[in-house]
Amino acid sequence: MNPSVTDADRAAAAAINTRRAPPLEIHDMTVAYHRKPVLWDIDLVAPEGQLIGIVGPNGAGKSTLIKAVLGLAPLASGKVRIYGLPYSQQRHLVGYVPQRETVDWDFPVTALDVVMMGTYGRLGWFRRPGVAEKRLAEECLEKVGMAAYAKRQIQQLSGGQQQRIFLARALAQDAQVYFMDEPFAGVDAATEQAIVVLLQALRNSGKTVFVVHHELQTVRQYFDFVILLNLRLVAAGPTATTFTRANLQQTYGGRLTILDEAVEAVRLGEAPR
Amino acid sequence: MNGLSNTQLVLLGTSLLGGVAGVIGSFAVLRRRALVGDLLAHSALPGLCVAFLLLNSSSTLGRAGGETASATHPWQFTVMLAGAFIAGLIGVVAVTLISRWTRTKEDAAIGIVLGTFFGAGVVLSSWIQNLPSASSKAGLQTYIYGQAAGMTREDVWFITAVSAACLILVMMLYKEFMVFSFDPGFAQAQGWPTLTLDLTMMGALALVTVVGLPTVGVVLMAAMLILPGAAARFWTDRLGRMLVISGVIGAGSGVLGTLISAGVFEETFGFDPFSFGYNTRNLPTGPVIVLCATSLFAISMLLAPRRGVIAKIARREAVRRRIQHDHLLRSLYELSEPSLAPSASGAVSTAQPAEVTIAQLTEDRSWSAWRAGRLIRWANARGLTQPTPHGARLTPDGLNRARRIVRAHRMWELFLISGADIAPDHVDRDADSIEHFLTPEMVAKLEAELAAQRKLPTAPDDVPDSPHALASKDAARVDGGAAL
Repeated sequence: MNPSVTDADRAAAAAINTRRAPPLEIHDMTVAYHRKPVLWDIDLVAPEGQLIGIVGPNGAGKSTLIKAVLGLAPLASGKVRIYGLPYSQQRHLVGYVPQRETVDWDFPVTALDVVMMGTYGRLGWFRRPGVAEKRLAEECLEKVGMAAYAKRQIQQLSGGQQQRIFLARALAQDAQVYFMDEPFAGVDAATEQAIVVLLQALRNSGKTVFVVHHELQTVRQYFDFVILLNLRLVAAGPTATTFTRANLQQTYGGRLTILDEAVEAVRLGEAPR
Repeated sequence: MNGLSNTQLVLLGTSLLGGVAGVIGSFAVLRRRALVGDLLAHSALPGLCVAFLLLNSSSTLGRAGGETASATHPWQFTVMLAGAFIAGLIGVVAVTLISRWTRTKEDAAIGIVLGTFFGAGVVLSSWIQNLPSASSKAGLQTYIYGQAAGMTREDVWFITAVSAACLILVMMLYKEFMVFSFDPGFAQAQGWPTLTLDLTMMGALALVTVVGLPTVGVVLMAAMLILPGAAARFWTDRLGRMLVISGVIGAGSGVLGTLISAGVFEETFGFDPFSFGYNTRNLPTGPVIVLCATSLFAISMLLAPRRGVIAKIARREAVRRRIQHDHLLRSLYELSEPSLAPSASGAVSTAQPAEVTIAQLTEDRSWSAWRAGRLIRWANARGLTQPTPHGARLTPDGLNRARRIVRAHRMWELFLISGADIAPDHVDRDADSIEHFLTPEMVAKLEAELAAQRKLPTAPDDVPDSPHALASKDAARVDGGAAL
């Protein structure tokens, strides 16, 4: 699980011990699926201990950004650093909440089983979760208000409850940085509120939380810092100064930018004539 | 293993094979990769043929292939299986490449590769049949159709070793297989080498498939990978238990199929409980094993509690009946509502509810007289109504229950009108389908919502007026008009 580390990385890590590196740093990152670029040239430094919204229109590459950071999408170029080191060395510091539709909820596991999966990374090969892991998972279920549903098969939970199970699993990862892919998708207003309170509690305890978010109305209310994305990075900064009409126009308006045209040209260039 | 009779030997082999196929196959079923078993089994055939040709072409081995599999040398057996294993993996890789690099989707790619490999295998094997030198065509036939009865001691050793290896693998990697099968993206982010895990699972699947080929044959092996897992899923919601149940079903099918086709039941009991009067002595073991697994699947599908078909139908029927009972009570209430009208002082009338006739009910509900009569008999038996000459009348118990139902129904209607902008004459149908599922908490929420909008009568247990015209009220109004 430990790809090679360059000397430069080690030197960087050493330098960082004196001056703490930011939770997420992205340099010149381009992500492409089948040579079709999905994200262009992203440069980004995110501050620690903040609730950070990743905002942009459909197909802007919001999920891809998270996936690229976590090594789930191939980087065409560039590099990603979590607290100054590659993700592969910092996995223990990172929690992940995937989109709810990406898994088969008919899978024969209980809510507690799923939350316990959060501890697997620390356990390593072959070791089974024991009493300590079970207790931790139960605490995490408690935190998301799902303790009463521990023994339920996950199909028998509502959409909002399933989302909270995923959240509890990320809590069980006991991380410093969390990446959450649309945790508010398909949940009712009460659940959304409960999740927001939980995220704020995480932030207040010094964690950094990245959240892919759709609802523009709630951005100001929820997030300290926003990343505006549309195939490229439009803007990133404190919500108060960055979430502006001009930046939003640039993110959402003018559907066909030169980038879109370039992407389309690549697609057509490979299509049969 | 040396002390075992031939039947005992075969029993051991088929039960181990069925059990391990059930366990490994469960993961394929859960990952929706069930067709991969099919793919592996079919693409193994050309591998068998090539291995066979290689064995026969080397001059020193030319005579070695005997008449049946039982006469072949153990290492020849191993070469044949290695050929099948390699060909199977090539098939899987081909599908992966096709679906990843072209527009062809995975299911189509499986169809293409499976057909191509199997076709090539059939061509090769019929070419082998026509070779004048091939003394052991029967050996190849064994792999295509399976021949459990011909199992040798060495075969059973081999099956035992593979089964043990696979079971140990699953036990050791249980947690890794679980997180990878459920959420591959999360597993990868957590640092598990998902490609290696995937290949390990596929490798185990291929190994079991190939080892099973001589017993149940190419086509049926795929079924043995899918049936036990699919059957086990009906009985439990836990992965660990599913694996155990699947293993037991697979092993049970192996034992049952072997006993039936070996005629053991007939020898032991003097008759065969599964033969239904036919002679089962010479039936091929592999297909009988698969049919046993199918029977166990069918039993699971029908009888399993909660997930089984019969349990599901029973649940739906219970809901349907409850809804009908709710409808009956609501109709009884609404048809006798004029007689329940509050007196001038505002207190609820203490007078007995009016009689409701069967004719009124059939008109109100478009029920047949037979159905209305049956429902009334149900209500009478429960003490919710008491019979009257032409119909029934609500008892105090029935009135209470009916009031709750009508109250929930009308509150839901009011909510739909005020909260969801649905026209008053459309709400009845919509309310009808939901009100039966309203929980007490939801009713309380509705109350709060409607109270805030001042749509509720002030008395806490009062039934609000219907927001739309009712048949009974219309009748009353017309009567009143005539009287004036």
